[in-house]
Amino acid sequence: MNKNLPKWVDLGLIPVLTLLLAFAVSGLVVLSIGQDPIEVVKVMLNGAFNPYGIGHTLYFTTNFIFTGLAVAVAFHAKLFNIGGEGQAGIAGVGVALVMLSYDWPHWSIALLVGTIAAMAFGAAWAAIPAYLQAKRGSHIVITTIMFNLIGSALIGYLVVGPMQGEGSQPQSERFPSSASLPDFHEIFGWFGLEFAKHAPANISFFIALIAAVLVWILIWKTRLGYEMRAFGHSEKAAVYAGISPLKITMIAMLVSGALSGLMAVNTVQGDAERLLLGSVEGAGFIGIAVALMGRSHPVGVLLAAFLFGILTQGGAELQFELGIPAQMITVIQALIIMFTGSLENLVRIPMERLFIRAGKGATS
Amino acid sequence: MMDFLTNDLLQLSDSAVRNAIPLLLACLAGLYSERAGIFDIGLEGKMLVAAFAAGAFSAIAGMPIADGGWDMGAWSVWIGLGAAIIASTVFSMIHAFASITLRGNQLISGVAINFFAAGITVLIGQYWFRMGGQTPQLRAGQRFEPITLPFADSLKDVPVIGDIYFKLISGHNIIVYMGFAIVALTWWVLYRTRFGLRMRAVGENPGAVDTAGISVVKLRYSALIITGILCGLAGAYLSLGTAAAGFGKDMTAGRGFIALAALIFAKWKPISAMWATLLFGMLEAIGNKYQTVDLGFVVLPGQFMQALPYILTVVILAGFVGKAIPPKAGGEPYVKER
Amino acid sequence: MSSTTNNAGRLDAAAPAIELIGISKAFGSVQANKDISMVVAKGAIHGIVGENGAGKSTLMSILYGFYKADSGSVKIDGVLTQINDSHDAIAAGIGMVHQHFMLVDNFTVLENVVLGAEDGALLGPSLRKARKELKRLADEYELDVDPDALVEDISVGFQQRVEILKALYRQAEILILDEPTGVLTPDEADHLFRILRNLKAQGKTIVIITHKLREIMDVTDSVSVMRRGEMTKTIATSTTSPEDLAEAMVGRRVLLEVNKKPAEVGETVMQIKGLSVTDVHGVQRLKNVSFELKRGEILGIAGVAGNGQSELLEVISGIGAATSGEVLLHGEAIDISPKANAGMRRQRGIGHVPEDRHQRGLVMPFMTWENTAFGYHNEPEYCGKFGLANQKFMKQDAREKMERFDIRPPIPQLVASHFSGGNQQKIVLAREIERNPDVLLIGQPTRGVDIGAIEFIHQQIVNLRDSGKAILLVSVELDEIQALSDRILVMFDGVIQGERLPEDTNEGELGLLMAGVDPETKS
Repeated sequence: MNKNLPKWVDLGLIPVLTLLLAFAVSGLVVLSIGQDPIEVVKVMLNGAFNPYGIGHTLYFTTNFIFTGLAVAVAFHAKLFNIGGEGQAGIAGVGVALVMLSYDWPHWSIALLVGTIAAMAFGAAWAAIPAYLQAKRGSHIVITTIMFNLIGSALIGYLVVGPMQGEGSQPQSERFPSSASLPDFHEIFGWFGLEFAKHAPANISFFIALIAAVLVWILIWKTRLGYEMRAFGHSEKAAVYAGISPLKITMIAMLVSGALSGLMAVNTVQGDAERLLLGSVEGAGFIGIAVALMGRSHPVGVLLAAFLFGILTQGGAELQFELGIPAQMITVIQALIIMFTGSLENLVRIPMERLFIRAGKGATS
Repeated sequence: MMDFLTNDLLQLSDSAVRNAIPLLLACLAGLYSERAGIFDIGLEGKMLVAAFAAGAFSAIAGMPIADGGWDMGAWSVWIGLGAAIIASTVFSMIHAFASITLRGNQLISGVAINFFAAGITVLIGQYWFRMGGQTPQLRAGQRFEPITLPFADSLKDVPVIGDIYFKLISGHNIIVYMGFAIVALTWWVLYRTRFGLRMRAVGENPGAVDTAGISVVKLRYSALIITGILCGLAGAYLSLGTAAAGFGKDMTAGRGFIALAALIFAKWKPISAMWATLLFGMLEAIGNKYQTVDLGFVVLPGQFMQALPYILTVVILAGFVGKAIPPKAGGEPYVKER
Repeated sequence: MSSTTNNAGRLDAAAPAIELIGISKAFGSVQANKDISMVVAKGAIHGIVGENGAGKSTLMSILYGFYKADSGSVKIDGVLTQINDSHDAIAAGIGMVHQHFMLVDNFTVLENVVLGAEDGALLGPSLRKARKELKRLADEYELDVDPDALVEDISVGFQQRVEILKALYRQAEILILDEPTGVLTPDEADHLFRILRNLKAQGKTIVIITHKLREIMDVTDSVSVMRRGEMTKTIATSTTSPEDLAEAMVGRRVLLEVNKKPAEVGETVMQIKGLSVTDVHGVQRLKNVSFELKRGEILGIAGVAGNGQSELLEVISGIGAATSGEVLLHGEAIDISPKANAGMRRQRGIGHVPEDRHQRGLVMPFMTWENTAFGYHNEPEYCGKFGLANQKFMKQDAREKMERFDIRPPIPQLVASHFSGGNQQKIVLAREIERNPDVLLIGQPTRGVDIGAIEFIHQQIVNLRDSGKAILLVSVELDEIQALSDRILVMFDGVIQGERLPEDTNEGELGLLMAGVDPETKS
């Protein structure tokens, strides 16, 4: 990224310092609402890592891996996909549609079909903004925001209209039990290991890990990924090399949308087992923070997603234990996005000065 | 038929105006920012924090001293308004610092601000009032009351004109009238003043402004201060000027994004912004009044009305009906060429 | 003499208009200006010449307050003047016409002139005053422009007038012009020079930055020469010659005598027939261009930048589309519609070393092994199974190319931005030449390249010719064209103005052709 800075500073030190800054400011927020930051950290860590909590932490982590990878893939092609929220939501509709239509012989088939449906619907919801960006130059940030809102209206209509289940709740019918995915309790059981019951973490977590590996291969090992990165660095160079901007924009966004969509396998199929209103709960936006922090690298995304998983679950615990609203986590997330994203130069510029000076000292 | 015109249509128009005002103010706020070359997808967050500050401070200002308030009576609402403007402007300055001084990513800064507002309003609200993030219900003196315009009562019975004057034009609160006045003011500032000329220039080509001996940084900061003030008004309207009479969590409910849509729809022009937000306000009014809209050949669900502003914006952005061309330097931090 | 002692701030009629004392400026590790001193007499037209990257624009941007000098001082009319930003420069009576115009495209001419020079908070009075003033300036200096036209609707020549008007409206006494004729037609350039002489007659001081020696000889009273950030000499124009200036510009006379034997020209490989290109603004960039390219020859295209050479390369290389015309390769038409892309050209054996290696030829953050396959990355040898890239081969291939082209440091894992200009260009050349193309398009092969690498690059191009390939060379450096080409076409305003053989022509004749004048008819 920057030729003045060694890699370990660019990819290691700066993210860590910005994260510390974000945490420091979060600590001030905690103090300002009359709470003890140390106590808050303790409660959060305990909440996130106790035997029951870890099942939630990993469940949230799974969501964030998907949405983080989605944003990261688009970033490589210099596209800012802010539409993860809508893509994941619509993917939930796709999952619900197929899950409700059959009685599945085995969960593995339901998982396979659910995965395909989620990817297809997520990608489809990203396709129009992608096409408009590539063909008509419509700013993809604005169109994906609009598609988030259109998607949310559409789901709102579906769960009280055509897809509403029995009763007056805004939700679909419950999926047949044959569609239900094995949770961690069950999976660990196969290997004779213990895991708390009724935690929402399920087999989708492993799909997320596979997705991370596949994204790594796509970006760094395939010719398509090479073309995406070339396009992301310089559109002019890409055209010179015979790479089609339309093709790359479409593919990057379709892959990104499909990854966001996969989140629905975790939430809609793996946990709720029905289509609900607002099942994405901001995970699409958190994907932005995850990709930023993870420097758009799958390993970074995994680490950052885990961090946000801890925060989300730990934050829920704050409410029980200390009566701090769960919005505490929204604030911390916001601060992380702010410091690692828009305020990064607060750390980066002094670092560059430091290293230029150090570099001069070494050569003269 | 006459009945529909005088009652339903007037009632819908009246709601449309009420719905449009926060959109209009936020849209104009975005106009100043984007015309100066700074993308602002954080309108939602600024409105939200303003709505909270307005609700909270108006409530505190109106409380008896014994309850920990300031007992300021009818002044309370103005304290609330002032707090809203300050809170929103502080947020706007954070965006300015990130975007202008640090040359950070403006889109990411906007996302962060939206998140931060969504969280901090509930956190502080709960800490101060312990009402699950709500602020206390506001009473008279703590909110903006409808203003009856001169002769409204006496003209009430004149057919049509009297109806329109009494039901539609009269009877809104001060922020509504301010909103329309600000449209005219914005037009005047933009096209008739030195500041407007410079602001339009800095959004198109900051290099031209810099070499003309004008500070790009100061100019952009000034624009974002105005953005902060207008978002403050928009937010204050929500908690002090509507039936809500207080702040509720996430009460902006996506209005910042509709305002953004309206800004694009209006092609970054103030008069068009007014029409765009009135249109969107009307769509919202229809969506609220009718569960479904029967057009004879097709029945539209209420949610379609809700989504229509966004769909229209996408259509406009795609350039199928009159291309919307944003200010050229928008979103790019200004760096002197090397 | 008096100027150095006059610190009292009194105006001194004899004092020079501009005096720069010991100006230094570094960008990171690049020293753009080194301890530069320069004096420009009042009422003079002063030229600053130098090659690309010599530091001319940086120096003038410092004078205009756009950049801040690391050290040194400036005196205007003998008075020590602190110039921190453009505002200070304008206050000191300095105006600048930048190479890339600093205009707001969707503003009217009038609004652009008034911007930053308004008289009060309201626009009306300023606009009325400016309208009157513009009319006066137009009459006085032949600077007529429609004040109500949008800048985006007028030609670059007129846009430049708007820039000059902006400076004059701010009562500039000193006018700096950065490469003012680069984008102008000869007529417009003549007009510009008339304006400058007019301004001089009114007592204004003018500094013009250029790399065109003819202009310097034509219009200036004195001239400074810059080379690699240093000022090598300042001299009265009447006492110097283009030859002397050229030598001062490049340092030692570069031996552009390329070691080459006579061309063994074979059959026609490529035919260009009636090629025309109209750009998005509706401007015709290429007008009915036709020529042939044969095996074993280097066909050089000379011309001032912006006369259609770039568009020609873009169409043939598949980056851009033609509006009309034909391109035949081995007698077969190739697709020049918007549907074509650069990949198709490579498959047909057309290689391309683009004019802009930073934006096109290389992906700067890519490692060398990624760049040495760039554009050919879908060729079978670079492909692995399942859509993967054969990275092992790519690295091996890069290592070999780096060795054969003496690219230093020879580390395939190094990203492009770490290499010097010459080594970057060698990476591009290695990639394109080693594909053994039938036709190689080369744009500005030695722009921003150090002298050592120039000789190497030239030799590679000649070797490729000698192996029987056809080479189309575009360069704005006339000596490069002369040294390398077996045949020379001169382009002017989208048209081929003339064809010459290098042995039958000279710089003077080519220069005239480049300026749109046909020396035979003298029209």
